Amino acid sequence: MIHSIPAVLASLVPLRASNAFWLPEEGTAAAGQVDWLFNLILGISVFFFALIAVLTIYFLLRYRRRQGIEAGQPPTHHTWLEITWTVIPTIIVIVIFYFGFTGYMDMKIAPENALEIQVTGQKWQWLFSYPNGHVDPDLHVPVDQPVKLIMTSEDVIHGFFIPDFRQKMDVVPGRYSTVWFNVSRPGKHIIFCTQYCGRGHSDMSAWVVVHPPGEYEKWLTEVGDEISKLPPAEAGEKLYLTRGCKQCHTIDGGASTGPSFLGMFGRSETMKDGAKLTVDENYIREAIIDPQAKIVAGYQPVMPTYKGKLKDNEITVIIEYLKTLKR
Amino acid sequence: MQESHQQHGEHRSAHLAHQFDTLDQQYQSGKLGIWIFLVTEILLFAGLFCVYAVYRANHPDIFIYAHRFLNKNLGALNTAVLIFSSFTMAWAVRAAQLGKKRALVNLLAITLLCAFIFLGVKYVEYQNKWKEGLLWGTHYHPIEEAAHAGEAAPADSAEAHYTGPPNVHVFFGIYFLMTGLHALHIIAGMAIIGWVLVKARRGAFSPSYFYPVDYAGLYWHLVDLIWIFLFPLLYLIR
Amino acid sequence: MNTVSSPATPAAAEPEHAASYLQDGHGIKSWIMTLDHKRIGVLYLISILAAMFLGGLFAMLIRTELLTPTKTVMEAETYNRVFTLHGAIMIFLFIIPGIPAALGNFVLPLMLGARDVAFPRLNRLSWHLYVIGALFAIYSLIHGGADTGWTFYTPYSTTTTSAVVPIVFGAFILGFSSILTGLNFIVTIHRFRPPGMGWFRMPLFLWALYATAIIQVLATPVLGITLLLLIVERVLGVGIFDPTLGGDPVLFQHFFWFYSHPAVYIMILPAMGVISELVSTFSRKHIFGYKAIAYSSVAIAFLSFLVWGHHMFVSGQSPMANMIFSALTFSVAIPSAVKVFNWVATMYKGSIKMDAPMTYTVAFILLFGIGGLTGLFLGALATDVHLHDTYFVVAHFHYTMMGGVLMAFMGGLHYWWPKIFGRMYNEKLANIASLMIVVGFNITFLSQFIMGSLGMPRRYYNYRPEFESYHQWSTAGAYLQAIGFILVAVYLIHSLRRGRLAPANPWGSATLEWRCASPPPTENFAQQPTAGDPYDLKPLVFDPKLGGFTYRAESAEGVA
Repeated sequence: MIHSIPAVLASLVPLRASNAFWLPEEGTAAAGQVDWLFNLILGISVFFFALIAVLTIYFLLRYRRRQGIEAGQPPTHHTWLEITWTVIPTIIVIVIFYFGFTGYMDMKIAPENALEIQVTGQKWQWLFSYPNGHVDPDLHVPVDQPVKLIMTSEDVIHGFFIPDFRQKMDVVPGRYSTVWFNVSRPGKHIIFCTQYCGRGHSDMSAWVVVHPPGEYEKWLTEVGDEISKLPPAEAGEKLYLTRGCKQCHTIDGGASTGPSFLGMFGRSETMKDGAKLTVDENYIREAIIDPQAKIVAGYQPVMPTYKGKLKDNEITVIIEYLKTLKR
Repeated sequence: MQESHQQHGEHRSAHLAHQFDTLDQQYQSGKLGIWIFLVTEILLFAGLFCVYAVYRANHPDIFIYAHRFLNKNLGALNTAVLIFSSFTMAWAVRAAQLGKKRALVNLLAITLLCAFIFLGVKYVEYQNKWKEGLLWGTHYHPIEEAAHAGEAAPADSAEAHYTGPPNVHVFFGIYFLMTGLHALHIIAGMAIIGWVLVKARRGAFSPSYFYPVDYAGLYWHLVDLIWIFLFPLLYLIR
Repeated sequence: MNTVSSPATPAAAEPEHAASYLQDGHGIKSWIMTLDHKRIGVLYLISILAAMFLGGLFAMLIRTELLTPTKTVMEAETYNRVFTLHGAIMIFLFIIPGIPAALGNFVLPLMLGARDVAFPRLNRLSWHLYVIGALFAIYSLIHGGADTGWTFYTPYSTTTTSAVVPIVFGAFILGFSSILTGLNFIVTIHRFRPPGMGWFRMPLFLWALYATAIIQVLATPVLGITLLLLIVERVLGVGIFDPTLGGDPVLFQHFFWFYSHPAVYIMILPAMGVISELVSTFSRKHIFGYKAIAYSSVAIAFLSFLVWGHHMFVSGQSPMANMIFSALTFSVAIPSAVKVFNWVATMYKGSIKMDAPMTYTVAFILLFGIGGLTGLFLGALATDVHLHDTYFVVAHFHYTMMGGVLMAFMGGLHYWWPKIFGRMYNEKLANIASLMIVVGFNITFLSQFIMGSLGMPRRYYNYRPEFESYHQWSTAGAYLQAIGFILVAVYLIHSLRRGRLAPANPWGSATLEWRCASPPPTENFAQQPTAGDPYDLKPLVFDPKLGGFTYRAESAEGVA
């Protein structure tokens, strides 16, 4: 019974218009519940703030110090008054706690039939792995279908936040965390990283693309064999842009966390231990699968391994792409 | 209080600091202060005990496996040494209260000696762990002989046929953090007892002024008490 | 009983030849090696104001950078260091020691009618440790600064290449400084209360300092061990918090917030104590609900240890833990609300004078009210999930920390300024400055509430263009505040030489510190005075000749 109060009231009050100033678009039904609670607390807060402010200002004006008029001496305490203003806030916070907790649990427990998508956070990109093995920098989901994200991090803690869904969860290395949602309309929604993670923290965003009925499956099969359809170098470039290479390796010779890819293929590099080698197919392959094995002098061993995250044909097209980046 | 206040500047004890009215007030303040300080010390260690509890609860296998590499006999010896030193310290406080200077000096010296013995034993233990490569985190590189150091360790626990649980180094990380922080407190305690000993030799204490001995004693008992918790938690796991 | 110093004797009748503590000894050494709690208080005051200036400078840099959605004046790496230093300096070097160590050190023994704190040497050591800790922070700053945020979350803080260890070590040392101050205050309040001052005759500022000291003593050691673990993790590679070594990074957050949430109350409780003194004095009314305010301080101190998990609602903590922490968090709202109602009730039928301390008091009540009420959004789980780590949180804690603690600090500073330095500041300029600060403050942070609830995450260097106008408002407000603070610095420094000589009791307060001269002599009181009701203001009348308040002759008996 009490559970349905937010939903019933939310349907009665035309909140959407008034929310536009305070809150982002409501992408899911759950977002509407959160907004209902938000507005409830806002109403309570405005009331109490107004009460305190009006009393304070009234007292300031009414009882300002005047020549010859001394302060009155009303009682210095009043038990019933004090009990009243202890009990009323207590009741109010219990109510807020209750709705906060139940709303939270609804957003926490995913339905059994949810579509599962794997999410990996790494400095400074999100990667979404779909059931068919495709990995994408954006989150594609079907409309009207519960989606459950199973998230982990490659390096430091990140925060996965979709403002339009009012959903947020930290993404922690070495363990899995989840969020779920069910989007009611096709559209596009931003994803932010909310746990500070270094230089690119504020650029670590992605999009949720909500497909109309039937479109999601179509998209999935299309991108599933994209690599084999595109010319190798073009496919490699796509992977460079979407799979977290560009965050640390430039293609214009500029300095970054890792060596620039410009003119890298065939170049002779000095390693940290002083050894020299020529960058060929085998070295690149090793550097992708076991990045700490040989580190180019002057760089930190910070690259995460792509073992199991890039397939053999994907590594091959990346190598083809690197060959095109000649000075 | 009022009367004593008026004595300010007249015939005050040389030991009475200017902000106090009476020696008793000074003694009580110092005692309250030292107790609060001991509370902060307990809370400092409490953090490490929490780390211990969390990892013990989540990975009991690591603790069961790894504790066998610690030498129970040396740990027990150290426990006995510290309990004995607590006894001599308490006796020293009594001697100070009664004004027995010789006894005080001797008892403090014995306490200090016990502390040295404790650290000596600890050094031997640490050195063994170092040789065996049983260190923390990134420095954990156990060598084959380490397997034979523990009484019940499996014979084939060289890295190649390693049968223990993963991340055993966590135990040694906790072991070194807890015993290391404790050892630092022993060293601080030795400095304090040493200082009290020097003052006692000069005859600075009397039945009306023995607080520093008392305070040092309280601190020393706490350091001993912490070890009495550390010993079973680290050495005697079942 | 004739010898008891009678309140009827106005403070001016204290032996006038007794040199003030300011004149007792000259030269740098007489200051930095002093054992006098008043001088240590002044040293603390100078130090924390310097820290506040530095922290404020970083705040201005942050706001300037955020004028445009992309790069304005600095690179992302620099920006990350700037907001880290802003947070770390403001928290560890300004707000935590602000009221207790600077104002508290000066006022606490005077309020007790005592000659000093219980352990003057520890008190001096506490300040020396503060300076050493600050030097480590500056060392880190010179070596490029840390870029972890003031929360030092692992594994970022254990893997970044910036100068994390010195600033963490600095915070570790500052922790000991804080513990020593707390220990000193507890013992002093227990052992040095004068005749007539039972626990429930203590000024509420002392209750607040007492509750604060308890938190300092109980919580800070845990911060110490946490930071120590962080340092050994970085230096030795122990791996307790390192997921690649089987460690648990979220455990660090539990440890960190176990201290850092109570630390919030280390900051706000003394501020509430100051407000309790000010609202009574400037309304010329007995404080309303004395016991409720005193008990609520203790209740807040107790509850503060049970709510740290609300910083971790989205960290992966279990829903069960989230529920418990959410419920406990709401319980803190109640004693806080009780205090606010009591302050407002104190003003009822008063005779209110809007001198600068009272202006700041009113600002405190209203701004802290907003800070507290917006806490309801964050305590409720469903709304917190949306608002966590956004600008809404940033605005919320600035309303409590700056709108709360800083306003109370400013009020207290103006209130005790005549007692500390023996000079009156320029009231008109003070009111203008306070207005600029309060208006600027609201412009800065109201806009942050809005962009936060719209989804703007915190610690962002680049941001989406739809947030630009909010950021620009926020920056404009910050500049206005900066001008206000500069004005404060100007008239306060000016008053040191040119200000009107302060009477012993310029505001008409009944607490004991106003019974000795302004500035007090080194020994404070020739005789420990007998305390009466600290809020019985009736016997005090304004004497135009003194420019301050004095006791009505006929009421002397009653009070003594």
